[in-house]
Amino acid sequence: MGFKNSIIWMYFSSPRNFYPLAGTVIPWFAGLAAIFALVGLYIGFFVAPPVLSDQKEYYVIIFIHVAAAWMSMFIYVVMSVYAFIGLVWNIKMAEMMATALAPTGAMFTFLALWTGALWGRPSWGAYWVWDARLTSELILLFLYIGFMSLQSAIDDPRRAARASGLLAIVGVINIPIIYFSVRWWNTLHQGFSVAPQQTKQLVDPSIFWGMIIVALACWMYTIAVVLARVRTEILEREKQTSWVRELVGNEK
Amino acid sequence: MSAISEFFYIGGYGFYVWGSYGATALFVAIEIFLVVRGKRVITKRLARMGRLNDNAE
Repeated sequence: MGFKNSIIWMYFSSPRNFYPLAGTVIPWFAGLAAIFALVGLYIGFFVAPPVLSDQKEYYVIIFIHVAAAWMSMFIYVVMSVYAFIGLVWNIKMAEMMATALAPTGAMFTFLALWTGALWGRPSWGAYWVWDARLTSELILLFLYIGFMSLQSAIDDPRRAARASGLLAIVGVINIPIIYFSVRWWNTLHQGFSVAPQQTKQLVDPSIFWGMIIVALACWMYTIAVVLARVRTEILEREKQTSWVRELVGNEK
Repeated sequence: MSAISEFFYIGGYGFYVWGSYGATALFVAIEIFLVVRGKRVITKRLARMGRLNDNAE
């Protein structure tokens, strides 16, 4: 990363400069999310095979289930990286990003569990089992909830960010546990759908691309909604500054 | 069965499939609503506080 790039990063780590940038890019990410969702779901419902050798029609849940589960883990990692940056370098914008990511991460974690339950019932005969994959994903939901409640329990935003940031960083240990649980333990949950060093395609290409495109839709959606939420967070935490006063003064 | 009702029937697994996609759509709609409302609420509140300060000065 050159000198010019680091200047750009420093420029946008200031809430005042980040606020308008976020506002400009939100519609683009929202639009991309809608397009990817339509294409991905079209593939899922109309192009992919209706049944598999070992799964009946209900397997179409895979498209939202896998995307939600990926997002639940990915958002947690991004959130804890921001929390780490906020803690170590004391950068307010990073703290706010971690705060803004948590509700969306919790939502995808809940949806991964919910869609998993609705898939488990017809395929395994049970909505829930205390399986390593399911249990570690449930712990992830509790970590998100703990992060959010810790923040709302502490009035001072800087202290709240420090305490919850520490929790986010410690909790990251759960992510590899979720991911490798299907390999480390003998679980009821099926193995990798997309393996890191796969030698042959594990699933039909249309299923693979459907999953990837729905996951991209979720990713674009997350960027849009998190940036919108961080803008509100910026206004709240910077309300004493003259630029926020001027901004809301003009918007009345 | 017509093509449309067959599509929603999903081989008898409609409850599970639409329960999954419906919950996702609902949560996304609620999240967008909350984020948009949150922004509007704080903008109004800060604008009101700004006017109070202007009057006090």
